[in-house]
Amino acid sequence: MGRFAQLGNDLHSGRRGIDFVARRLVLYAVSVVLIAIAVFGLSYKGLNLGIEFTGGTQYRVPVAAATQDDADALRQAVLDSGVEGASNPIVSTAGDDAVQIQVEPLSLEEAAIVTEAIVATAGVSADDLSQEDIGASWGRQIAERALVGLAVFIVLVVLFIWAYFREWKMSVAALVALAHDVIITVGIYAFTGFEVTPATVTGILTILAFSLYDTVVVFDKVRENTEAMRESRKSYRQAANLAVNQTLVRSVNTSLVALLPVGAILYVGAVQLGGSSLQDLALALFVGMAAGTYSSVCIATPLLVDLKNTEDEVKLAEKRAKARQRAAADPYASVPNFADDMPIHNDPGVEPPSSR
Amino acid sequence: MARKTARPGRTLVVFFLVMAIAYGLVALAGTWKPTLGLDLQGGTSITLRAEGDPGEEALDQARQIIDDRVNGSGVAEAEVTTQGGNEIVVEIPGENARNLIETVQRTAQLRFRLVACSTVDGRCATTTGLPEGIQIDPSTTLPQDEGQDGGQDGDESQGRNNRAALGAWARLSDTQGDGADGSDGSGGQGDENSNGNRNRNGNGQQSPYDACVAAAADDETTAEPLSWIDNPTTACVDAFSQFQASGGCQQGAAPVMGDDPAAPLITCDEDGIAYLLSPAMIEGTQLDDAGAAIPQQQVNYVVTLSFDGEGTEVFADISNALVGTEKQFAIVLDGQVLSAPTMEGRILDGNAQISGDFNETTANSLATSLRYGSLPIAFEDQPLVETIGPSLAGDQLSAGLTAGGIGLAIVMLYCLLYYRGLGTVVVASLFVAAGITYAMVLLLSETANFTLTLPGIAGIIVAVGITADSFIVYFERIRDEMRIGKSMKVAVEAGWKRARNTCLAADAVSLLAAVVLYIFAAGVVKGFAFALGLTTIIDLVVFFWFTHPMVSWLAKYRFFNKGHRLSGLSPETLGVARTATGGNA
Repeated sequence: MGRFAQLGNDLHSGRRGIDFVARRLVLYAVSVVLIAIAVFGLSYKGLNLGIEFTGGTQYRVPVAAATQDDADALRQAVLDSGVEGASNPIVSTAGDDAVQIQVEPLSLEEAAIVTEAIVATAGVSADDLSQEDIGASWGRQIAERALVGLAVFIVLVVLFIWAYFREWKMSVAALVALAHDVIITVGIYAFTGFEVTPATVTGILTILAFSLYDTVVVFDKVRENTEAMRESRKSYRQAANLAVNQTLVRSVNTSLVALLPVGAILYVGAVQLGGSSLQDLALALFVGMAAGTYSSVCIATPLLVDLKNTEDEVKLAEKRAKARQRAAADPYASVPNFADDMPIHNDPGVEPPSSR
Repeated sequence: MARKTARPGRTLVVFFLVMAIAYGLVALAGTWKPTLGLDLQGGTSITLRAEGDPGEEALDQARQIIDDRVNGSGVAEAEVTTQGGNEIVVEIPGENARNLIETVQRTAQLRFRLVACSTVDGRCATTTGLPEGIQIDPSTTLPQDEGQDGGQDGDESQGRNNRAALGAWARLSDTQGDGADGSDGSGGQGDENSNGNRNRNGNGQQSPYDACVAAAADDETTAEPLSWIDNPTTACVDAFSQFQASGGCQQGAAPVMGDDPAAPLITCDEDGIAYLLSPAMIEGTQLDDAGAAIPQQQVNYVVTLSFDGEGTEVFADISNALVGTEKQFAIVLDGQVLSAPTMEGRILDGNAQISGDFNETTANSLATSLRYGSLPIAFEDQPLVETIGPSLAGDQLSAGLTAGGIGLAIVMLYCLLYYRGLGTVVVASLFVAAGITYAMVLLLSETANFTLTLPGIAGIIVAVGITADSFIVYFERIRDEMRIGKSMKVAVEAGWKRARNTCLAADAVSLLAAVVLYIFAAGVVKGFAFALGLTTIIDLVVFFWFTHPMVSWLAKYRFFNKGHRLSGLSPETLGVARTATGGNA
């Protein structure tokens, strides 16, 4: 623990640290590649939308006395049929004498396979099955209203961040980070082919809130450091980078604390239960929260520095800081040339360069 | 400073008192298990079959409105789907959802009309020339005369037209069975299309009701209901007297006129009083809001209405015209008069009430139906209601809970390892947050039909994890302050000031998301917004009134303020030399 603790102090004092801002082009490149992959996945594979969005077919299977075991057996049978549209059936008992099974829209051949699986398991004849088309419970109107809500929220949050930090550039940087997180999360869905259910939507909304939350926490430190920019004789770049490093311990801890339970749920959902609504949600949360913490540090802050670098005051501070740096690195830069064999290091009047 | 050191203990005591009260309320409510959602527990399924062929668009519109009605607060997580071409299936968590049937299938066409006359005031009898021999006796239509049979009225009725109308009346009663109590949706739009045909009698002669509609359409005063009621279209008065003559508001009688907003209406109320009403002046779509309440100094529930801008103006006009007179206006729901009050005072602010024979359930049910608009289609009576089982296998709940529990346990372990003594505060805070969350879930199950689905449980586990972030921000701040050489007591307060602002700003973003999405979105998204808002507020409550006072309180102990090796605040764990000069000087 000792060395880790030392690291915490060094990060805080700025004695040690990762220069995120200087490496920003690499970080941007990584994110751009990730987003490109996500967008490619989205346009190439598309999302696997659940019954709630697409509607589908409902089978009603008469059974003697409907129990949960009947429903579980039928669910397994439909799953084992291997039909893609039936990979996430919604199965429940209905009344005392029937089990209802909902699957996504199926082709004729697929429907035949599913029907066969049901008939074989339930021991009824195919004629006893009633089959009906069901509509989407998540209609276009719900989606539209959710999008309107989202749009209003985005506008308000931009205004809020602007008002709180007195800096519209922070709003822009936070929004870019948000888009980054959400696109990557949605891209993961396209690639894994996990079903998008209403639970997924709530997961993505959680990411949305978490991403902004995390960015605000980091930006709060950035503002604190940069407000004292003049006194601390640092450039905006340096002050922002110090802020990121000072909150790095917090970022690591927070992401661990948030990701551990989600990781556990994801593990149980995907490995132990083998595909369930739990895994769908946990995946969105896991990827999104990891991206959310990453983007606050590696995207939002460097981007903010880039945006601020166009300002005169910031440029001036940067120039001054650079001059100071040059002076610190080579205190003799301004000293006239000496002869080659002049023993400078033996001169008792010269102090060794300070470590700062 | 002296005041501050005395405070943390008191805050903690108050905090635990409030928590105890919350659990006391839970104990009063008597349920210690939250209501589980459709996926975990199953529920009730109501299958509504539309009358006739509604068409896809109308069916989907109806689906949306029903969805709003059952998911109005966004926390019940009921599912509404269309099925086949003419059915809507409503799946509601819990088994006692049968009382929702009324809310779900009521058409809810609300209209405000003016009363030209009723069987009680008998104004029409005096103002217009009735066919000779017809006498209107108010008593014949009072509720105690329910047992009266059609024959008795038939004796009083005169003329061929009346008998023809009676025939049509009887046929209607046959086809519609007993479904004419007005609240079953049979007065909806579905009726209007076929109404013209129904009201023609066997001889192809125009029924008096159609004559009334036709004459009223030509009558210029119809457009001015306020003057129309003083001088109603003669054909309508005739139709009204024939209506009474042919049985009036008998039990089991079907409505004789479609609820067309532009035309006068002859209809009944629950007590069997018949009314001749003006064309509609205000429509249900002009409502901004509806609610159920008990007015001060009264005992019965009323349904409160507030009109939108235009509705407010019209209602103010009605109010001005009717105040101080015996004239009534009528609140008509699905073609039936809910109540027909006189105007007791000028109501200019657009707030009105419907009083009647309401209890809490019926008042809420009506308010909910009104709030989310009227259905474009009518449904058959006797929907199929059955119990449905959970859609997830039984092991998923326990697996999810176990996973979440293990995850949180690891989190606590990590916090203890990393923050040592302070880690106990994190662990305690997490337990307290979990405790409050559980109490709130229980209370909301009871009061707002909050249900927990598996994704919901996962979301809450995650939220509790995110809650820990405010503690982490705070502790890192305290450590930062100590690194630059402050003593713990000072650092606790200095760090608090900064961490508080950070957390308030960050949580404000979450709250903003919760509020905006709750207002705008529907269904699952609304439920999410609710949960997000709830957990964010719990985060703030725990942070302000538990974590901070707890740390301030602990700062009084030597173990912490002298930087014991296990306190999490020793110079070693902070990574600074014992002299604590810090590197930022």
